[in-house]
Amino acid sequence: MTKLLLLFYEFFKIGLFAVGGGLATLPFLYDLANRYPWMSVEQIPDMVAISESTPGPLGINMATYAGFQCNGVLGSIVATIALVTPSIIIIILVSKILERFRKSSIVNNAFYGLRPAVVGLVAAAGFTVISMALFSPETAVQYQGVEAFLHLFHLKECILFLILLLIMQKKKIHPVLFVLGSAVIGIVFAM
Amino acid sequence: MKELWQLFSAFARIGGFTFGGGYAMLPMLQKEVVDKYGWATEEEVLDYFAIGQCTPGIIFVNTATFVGYKRKGLAGAICATAGSVFPSVVIVMIIAAVLTNFADLAVVQHAFGGIRVAVGVLILQAVLGLWKKSIVDKLCILIAVVSFCVASFTSISSIWVILIAGILGIVVRAVFYKGEGGASS
Repeated sequence: MTKLLLLFYEFFKIGLFAVGGGLATLPFLYDLANRYPWMSVEQIPDMVAISESTPGPLGINMATYAGFQCNGVLGSIVATIALVTPSIIIIILVSKILERFRKSSIVNNAFYGLRPAVVGLVAAAGFTVISMALFSPETAVQYQGVEAFLHLFHLKECILFLILLLIMQKKKIHPVLFVLGSAVIGIVFAM
Repeated sequence: MKELWQLFSAFARIGGFTFGGGYAMLPMLQKEVVDKYGWATEEEVLDYFAIGQCTPGIIFVNTATFVGYKRKGLAGAICATAGSVFPSVVIVMIIAAVLTNFADLAVVQHAFGGIRVAVGVLILQAVLGLWKKSIVDKLCILIAVVSFCVASFTSISSIWVILIAGILGIVVRAVFYKGEGGASS
């Protein structure tokens, strides 16, 4: 029981102080691994790998995994609830304030600047994903001249990318089908 | 009661089918929250992202809480948030229990080769759509391009990008559009 309380306390703290989401929880996890026997520092890279290859937000996946290592299914649930509790409280407060100041010109002017910034951030996330999927500069540096250029691209992935782009222009397909279909294609063509 | 279930299930679908977290969630959020249920406008989703970036916690979870609270108060906030984490918790628990080498399996790696391409296309599509809607003038273009460059090519935290963009919006609007602020929303 004390272990669960401690688990709740530690992940509540992470939820409260990890601003920026996802990988922002990493330094806190290293700190946790150093102070408690729940997990070792060596396990953290595994945790990141698993989080990145499962759906859902990184922070949640990591809390669930660490909680499970510490105290099984119950530990997972406690760690996850602890992680999101501060967000819920803070977001409800922000919602209330926002409702009150919705008509204020300062708030609206702030959002006028914020929206394009978020578009830029989303584009940056897309850029990272696309360059990871389509290019392999690590392989290219082992070759020279034209060969290096050819090895810069993941050919199969590039073809899939173009096909998906074309399909997207013509038809509105639900993103879920899009993701599932690409997973199957990835397995079939060993991408 | 029905809408609470819809909030739970919609956010569970989004959480269950987005990989990479954070901003990669946008295409799914648009599909479910904006197109399908009309719980929020596209601009509001961007606002939630901006706030989610600057407040503690996970951006997607914060967005779920926002939408849930807006629709159904505290109960809505809890249902949407629970939905958003539900698939991750179940899947990661199973993996932690039985498949410790999950990430190394060849089939998983191949599947992700394909999934990454799909996620890239989805985000690209979302950005193009947003560009048409939210980029209303030259300053917006500048802010979008600069924030893209800062996030892609420097290690400066995105929190600063958001904070500075917000302040810029307030200052520029106050200087150039005296007295008619807030017209664009």
